[in-house]
Amino acid sequence: MSEHEYVPKSKIGKWFNDRLPLLSLASHLTDYPTPKNLNYWWTFGGILTFCLLTQIITGVVLAMHYVAHADLAFASVEHIMRDVNYGWLIRYIHSNGASMFFLAVYIHIFRALFYGSYKSPREVIWIIGLAIYLLMMAAAFMGYVLPWGQMSFWGATVITNLFSAIPLVGDSITTWLWGAYSVDNPTLNRFFSLHYLIPFLILGLVVLHIWALHIPGNNNPVGIDIKKPSKDTVPFHPYITIKDTFALLLFMIIFAGFVFFAPNVLGHSDNYIQANPMVTPAHIVPEWYLLPFYAILRSVPDKLGGVILMFGAIFILFVLPWLDTSKVRSAVFRPIYRQFFWILVVDVLMLGYMGAMPAEGIYLVLARVGTIYYFLHFIVILPVVGYLEKTEPVPLSISEPVLGGTADYSMAKKDNEKI
Amino acid sequence: MKKFKFLFYIFFLLNIIYPLKSAEQIDPIKVDWSFKGLLGKFDRSSLQRGFQVYKEVCASCHSMQYLSYRNLGEPGGPEFSEEEVKAIASTFEVTDGPNDQGEMFTRPGRPSDKFVNPYPNVKAAAAANGGAYPPDMSVLVKARKGGANYIYSVLVGYEDPPAGVTLDEGVYYNKYMIGNKIKMPNNLSDGLVDYSDGTEATVDQMAKDVTTFLSWAAEPELESRHKTGVKVILYLTLLSILVFLSMKRIWSRVNSKI
Repeated sequence: MSEHEYVPKSKIGKWFNDRLPLLSLASHLTDYPTPKNLNYWWTFGGILTFCLLTQIITGVVLAMHYVAHADLAFASVEHIMRDVNYGWLIRYIHSNGASMFFLAVYIHIFRALFYGSYKSPREVIWIIGLAIYLLMMAAAFMGYVLPWGQMSFWGATVITNLFSAIPLVGDSITTWLWGAYSVDNPTLNRFFSLHYLIPFLILGLVVLHIWALHIPGNNNPVGIDIKKPSKDTVPFHPYITIKDTFALLLFMIIFAGFVFFAPNVLGHSDNYIQANPMVTPAHIVPEWYLLPFYAILRSVPDKLGGVILMFGAIFILFVLPWLDTSKVRSAVFRPIYRQFFWILVVDVLMLGYMGAMPAEGIYLVLARVGTIYYFLHFIVILPVVGYLEKTEPVPLSISEPVLGGTADYSMAKKDNEKI
Repeated sequence: MKKFKFLFYIFFLLNIIYPLKSAEQIDPIKVDWSFKGLLGKFDRSSLQRGFQVYKEVCASCHSMQYLSYRNLGEPGGPEFSEEEVKAIASTFEVTDGPNDQGEMFTRPGRPSDKFVNPYPNVKAAAAANGGAYPPDMSVLVKARKGGANYIYSVLVGYEDPPAGVTLDEGVYYNKYMIGNKIKMPNNLSDGLVDYSDGTEATVDQMAKDVTTFLSWAAEPELESRHKTGVKVILYLTLLSILVFLSMKRIWSRVNSKI
């Protein structure tokens, strides 16, 4: 549990560890002191690692059978579904895996928002996390293009066309992205190449994300620093590993439910029609996890303005640690912020719903209200609430009761005896 | 807090249940298919009858290019016997080649062949059908919102156009089709095919059988997917109970809620 220098017991272990301290690293990861009060919202880091590895492994196998060519891609996916042994299983895990990945990452992000995990000294962890999220969206978008169905093709057309909104060079950039004068075979080829590359970039960033986490250590539900490591923390293994495993298994049950019993419910039926540049689908909708941003994009009447707001909605999160002025991390002790947090959750869900609806009438009005509120939350509400809010008393330490609150003395005493 | 959480769940459910509900279309008829649900299986004899309808009616215009004749004998499908599959395949003329002389030639089909297309290409198919290409039926059920219910509804949804609706030559009125206009004529009529198992070939029966066949064609893995799924979820549930008990035990060493 302590951070003392690790020395391998065997001679050969010591010889190797002096040259490459992998054993020291393993020892650090095993003993890493973790706050003992972490709740289940903290298990999603491990779940996300599982999601990334699942996507990489199934993706590598799919790439062995997939053909990245405009004339053959759709047929090769059907070949995987019908002729490859358990090809349907691998493909359904991969396609539903993307949705599960995003489900987990949204929970992970909102957990950070609730408990103030982005605040000092964890800003860099937060920023690396956002970079991972951006890469995930790029990977997911390009992956959705690969089956070369109608939604693949028209989704790619809509999203790549966004770049044409850039003044002066927009059209040139779009043509350059396509490698052609419309979304075509060269586009599919490069998307496949990048779709294979990005997960490994994400993997690299995940290592940095965890490294940056291990410098200050985990935040925790009460949001205060570790005072006495011996009392406030448990070693990562076996305490956190077993808990993460349990949470992962529950997550896998939901995952399996989708894969085996509703594998296409999260997708769009039009994507089982082969891409046809001559026929535009009635409604072009992205995958569910991109819908809030799609709603923001469409809520602005001006194309360039829509693109700026859509990207702004993500980039504003990068400065979040400096927009939030409150000294208290956890929303548990922030009665006002807590309310606004849940309003934001509802707002984002509402935006997602509007993104799936046609951009007209009441849907458009609500999407606009939702968009304005989204930015209002970060630019106005967060800084102002941080100044004005009267926070509730924060406990002295993780293992001790709230100062001046109703002290659960028996708990604290029992705690002392045990450790 | 409670209110917000409640709203949260409502939105989540809405998002899942009604992702894209457009007002212009009436809902397809709900059929209690045997392949619905967690343990759903195809009705073997319905699949075989459905294949007969497909072969005698649909296949003259619609391709089914991702299926092979051997699929008809595989487990979870119509499960024709090996001889039957060979006999079915051999009734089709397959273009093969080139041979040693560099010539293309035709030969009787084999179980390993893909389903033979009725037209040489998409343009030819469209030209022969008034400009509308009869869609490939391999994944048709997955490619339509509403799935099997929608396909069945369209097959039985032909009606005389209501007053005020004028139709062009070669366009038909169908109350379940999006936009209500369809270029496929109503091809089903009572007694059109002669079922060998003695089932009466009503329009409704044929529509159900062929929709069952198309559902299998779109998801030939459905039965093994359902069976594997039940095992996987049972396994994961048991394992998570064991892990939960281990976790309780390990965490009992420290005073903290898990």
